[in-house]
Amino acid sequence: MSDQIPTTTPAADTMTTDVSDAAVAVRGLNKQFQTASGIVHALEGIDLTVEAGEFVSLIGPSGCGKSTLMRLIADLDVPTSGELTVFGKTATQARLDQDYGIAFQQAGLLPWRTVAANVALPLELHGVASAARRTRVADLLEMVGLTEFADRFPDQLSGGMQQRVAIARSLAEQPRLLLMDEPFGALDEMTREKMQTDLVRIAADTGAAVVFVTHSIPEAVFLSDRVVVMSPRPGRISDIIPMRLDAADGREERDDDLREASSFFEMVTEVREALHGGASDAENPAPRAARGVDTR
Amino acid sequence: MTATRNDQRGEVAVRPASSPGAVAKPARTRLLGGFLWGIAGVALIALIWEGYKFFGPDNGVLIGELRVLPRTTDLAMPHLWDMMTRLAEPVTRADGALPLWAVVALASLMTLGIAAAGWAVGVIVGVVFALLMQRWRLAEFGLLPWIVISQTVPLIAFAPIVKSWGSRVEIGSFEWQDWMSVALIASYLAFFPITVGALKGLQSPDRIHVELFDTYAAGYWPTLVRLRLPAAVPYLLPALRLGAANAVIGAVVAEVSTGLQGGIGRLLIQFAGQASGDPSKAWGPIFGAIVLGLVTAGSVALLGIILKDYRRTEEAA
Repeated sequence: MSDQIPTTTPAADTMTTDVSDAAVAVRGLNKQFQTASGIVHALEGIDLTVEAGEFVSLIGPSGCGKSTLMRLIADLDVPTSGELTVFGKTATQARLDQDYGIAFQQAGLLPWRTVAANVALPLELHGVASAARRTRVADLLEMVGLTEFADRFPDQLSGGMQQRVAIARSLAEQPRLLLMDEPFGALDEMTREKMQTDLVRIAADTGAAVVFVTHSIPEAVFLSDRVVVMSPRPGRISDIIPMRLDAADGREERDDDLREASSFFEMVTEVREALHGGASDAENPAPRAARGVDTR
Repeated sequence: MTATRNDQRGEVAVRPASSPGAVAKPARTRLLGGFLWGIAGVALIALIWEGYKFFGPDNGVLIGELRVLPRTTDLAMPHLWDMMTRLAEPVTRADGALPLWAVVALASLMTLGIAAAGWAVGVIVGVVFALLMQRWRLAEFGLLPWIVISQTVPLIAFAPIVKSWGSRVEIGSFEWQDWMSVALIASYLAFFPITVGALKGLQSPDRIHVELFDTYAAGYWPTLVRLRLPAAVPYLLPALRLGAANAVIGAVVAEVSTGLQGGIGRLLIQFAGQASGDPSKAWGPIFGAIVLGLVTAGSVALLGIILKDYRRTEEAA
């Protein structure tokens, strides 16, 4: 109870949660990078709990450490200090146990593998028998609507389709946790909205917890149960906002109608004010928009 | 299924050229075009040769004492058709002598075999070096300078040494053969571009791919087999081609400097010595060496066709 965050109530509810139940539990996490110009405090005093099956977005301007936080959860980087557990285990153990699936901003498909072989890659690496692999890949490609492109190579697909392959790949082993670092960042607006709708459905279908890094306020609001607002230099959590959307009882209910609902706009406004509030703490008076955040 | 609703939008972005029928036709035209350009190039060289021979002065073109263009006598520049007919004639006037082309072909085959052995050793050594250097930064710092320096040693300097050392090697029933010295020297030239190319290729995977394999908890070997080696193919193929060319050059030069009989290198020297009496004959082994180079380059190109799936990024660029 000693390390309470003075901002909002959601921080308090993380105190009471049994840590081992949570998908991700972060306590007093710090991350510093040694650079030529000195030590950079990428993350400072991060406390965050992501429940199993919960969809949490990390949003904030460039340099707020949201991607770094995701990389720490994925065990691609090591925290300088603090506690980080994934399903009650260390991040390294969770990675070795394949407890999460991951998708990056670039699709990151292997260009010499067909769509089907790309999706099969994690299954292949973990010794899944070829028959089981084939059915699983077929299911996944159907889920992302790319069945007829199974034999194509990545360079024959559009950016949106490549990203769908990457998402199918991240779901291949039915992970209980999905880590996504701006997976739709490079897509055009229309494809992006469609992918968001698909992702909400997929996350609801699989019951996986999702940690979703984004620049976009509407995207965060549309997808999430909670939006974590971060501020830069040093990277901190400035606010955690639960999404109260009318249709949000079941996440699978979220569809394009929600984008036009008034509750959606209220939430967008709340997140935007939280973002700007964090920015105006700085000395320059009231910047019009937090840098690096687009309000698409 | 919500996923299928907007799929048409995605399909529009698919390159129309990806249907097999559409690809085949331009590819065939390109192949034919390349073939015709090749013939045109050879024809141009033949034309320049015969043209200069016809119009050029007998004593060549001189600037002061310096001859900048060769003599055009039949001794210095035989007619192309003389070279060709000479190929069909027997190599010597002795009874039952093989035609020149057959002698050249046999010698080329022997050199090809030696060069191939040298190339194979060069590939193994080169890839092993590259694997070591990719795995351990320290190995890269420690080895790479020496590998570069190794190529500055003139081939002719150590060819006799290799031969004399080799002649002392005798392990059980295994006895070092002279051709092995030549193959070893060929491999010495071949391994260098392969080492450099393979190292660059093994280091080429994007950070995002390496991290992806990390998230799959894939160890060194699965990452090597499924990521690093496939990614190295576009770098490895030109390196293998360069290595093959080097192996042929190394084999020919080593044959000459170790005095190995039966290969094309020996034949080049031998027939050049007879050029004053039979100028067209000296060109036989030269053509043989050219064909040898084309065959080795072609073999590696064939390898490139087999591995075409791994070269998709290369074609897109």
